[in-house]
Amino acid sequence: MLQLKNLCVDVDGNEILHNVNLTINTGETHVLFGPNGSGKTTLLMTIMGFPKYKVTKGSISFNGRDITGLPLDQRARLGIGMSFQRPPIVRGVKTADIVHATLGERDSEAEIHKLAMQANMIEFLHRDINHGFSGGEMKRSELMQLLAQRPELTLLDEPESGVDLENISLIGELMAELLEKNCPIRMRQCMGLIITHTGHILDYINARTGYVMVDGKLSCMGDPHEILKEIKEKGYVECARCAM
Amino acid sequence: MRQMRDVVTSDSYREKARSALSKAAAFGDDIDIDSFAQSAESGIYKDDPSQLAAADKERMLDTGVSLDDISRRSGTFIQVDNAPIHSSVTQDGIELIPISEAVARHDWLPDYWWKAVAVDSDKYTAHIELNQSNGYFIRTLPGVKSIFPVQSCLYLAKAQLAQNVHNIIIAEENSELDIITGCTTASGHESGLHLGVSEIYVKKGARVTFTMIHNWNPNIAVRPRTGILIDEGGLFMSNYVMMKPVGSLQMNPTAMCIGENSTVRFNSILVAPAGSNMDIGSRVILDARGARAEIISRAITTGGNIIARGYLEGNAPDIKGHLECRGLILEGGGSIHAIPELKGTLAGIDLSHEAAVGKIAEEEVQYLMSRGLTEDEATATIVRGFISVDIEGLPPMLNAELQRAIESSEGDFM
Repeated sequence: MLQLKNLCVDVDGNEILHNVNLTINTGETHVLFGPNGSGKTTLLMTIMGFPKYKVTKGSISFNGRDITGLPLDQRARLGIGMSFQRPPIVRGVKTADIVHATLGERDSEAEIHKLAMQANMIEFLHRDINHGFSGGEMKRSELMQLLAQRPELTLLDEPESGVDLENISLIGELMAELLEKNCPIRMRQCMGLIITHTGHILDYINARTGYVMVDGKLSCMGDPHEILKEIKEKGYVECARCAM
Repeated sequence: MRQMRDVVTSDSYREKARSALSKAAAFGDDIDIDSFAQSAESGIYKDDPSQLAAADKERMLDTGVSLDDISRRSGTFIQVDNAPIHSSVTQDGIELIPISEAVARHDWLPDYWWKAVAVDSDKYTAHIELNQSNGYFIRTLPGVKSIFPVQSCLYLAKAQLAQNVHNIIIAEENSELDIITGCTTASGHESGLHLGVSEIYVKKGARVTFTMIHNWNPNIAVRPRTGILIDEGGLFMSNYVMMKPVGSLQMNPTAMCIGENSTVRFNSILVAPAGSNMDIGSRVILDARGARAEIISRAITTGGNIIARGYLEGNAPDIKGHLECRGLILEGGGSIHAIPELKGTLAGIDLSHEAAVGKIAEEEVQYLMSRGLTEDEATATIVRGFISVDIEGLPPMLNAELQRAIESSEGDFM
């Protein structure tokens, strides 16, 4: 279970998140909507543990353990993984290198090949990470790395942005596997928190809870399909009026 | 278009050399050559190079020169101080002999003597002409392809000695030659001076890969002077690795594409620990239609100083060249000075460069950490990637040798 209590987060001295409360139980996937600059990515980066995002108040607990002060890499090893909206290019480091490193004890050429086939990334394995990748290729690479990592909590920052319609279904299938969509909810071990603007990926996941973030606050909670419909009809202004 | 034999020359080398004896080099500290001994006792010739002392073989192995099993080498040459102590070949069509022997054997050798490097370039070339103490001669006959690399080692054993070598490499038409050359010292601390002229001729349709690994010490001064002439359709590829401390090293090899559609690639991997001073460049003059050049250097300082130069000059139609200098400062106290230069004298040429010097991007380290790597592991992965240059066209076996040499030095700075 992931639990955020009264979380306040500063970035470069400015408070971006204000008293955020959120609970994701094991097996659940939650969806986060919100306008640009509302703090959605900040929330994911804070949960992942990026040092730039400073928790000034409140706490983050993961499976009963307080991880508020835990370094980034230790959170990853505890079972938190993230797909980035704009992952950096790492020149000289091959995509296969990071998949090797992430697989840990399961590392083998066969396993890498299997994952790359699944993500349609075979021809990118020996290219520098994200160098010259299109938007869709980056997202597939991110999801391939997460499949190698097998996190218990998956954080996805706009996994469908920059992806053409043809590839949306592939991205969706990879997400479905990560979040154990086809597994009965009581047997699911994985959790997810997904940022989306378009909702295209809602068809591929079992998400029953959604939120809208406005100005660093979670201001709405409900069925993600319903929320998306509201946003499409009324925009985010209406969401700002709604309290959780 | 100039032909190889037409490249300008002069007959009075010694006279020219004498007039250049006090001519300082364009770059690098001025070395007092007279403070070094000019002669050393000649070592005993070894028919079997595996009989060399284990410590010496180990130093040579660090530079890619393998002596215990030479079956995977098409030839082996070893010079200790100023005397060759072994030369052998295992493949027909390849010559690998001391340069002194080549002078006696081939009356045409003057056609290649001081033709790719000017004897009066500076005081070091002049000194070599007047005090030359051997070197190697490597030649592939037309159409011959080296099955395994040819290896040579120039080894500095005597303290405070100046080693003065003159090497000539000729790849005849349509031949292929892979060379591994290692230069190193017996001691990790004694002072010495290595002066070396290398003249390399890549003839029509020939291909030469020249992989040079240096392993000096903080009290050694090194001044190689290298010139390469590439004829029509020829390919010259240099891979230079310098990852150990060196007191003062300055070199700026110049490749001249004199034949149409000739190609040059220079790849350099430089690591400067504290106390190291390197001024290392690569120059390519594209003088013939359709010639291609690529210069890539990766420089890392952990406290030493690196000047990484690159120069591309285009003087013919349809030429193309790219230069890339990237530097990484892992620890303070040192510096990296990247100096990329482009010169074009014709419309329609295509020359470009990119240069960057900085620290490892925090964003990249954290990205890898988000996959579960510790900060140290993430940093090491990025540094390893930085120096792992993709070398297009390098035979797999040579690539493996190169990676082995790089990996064996990684522990020194990571």
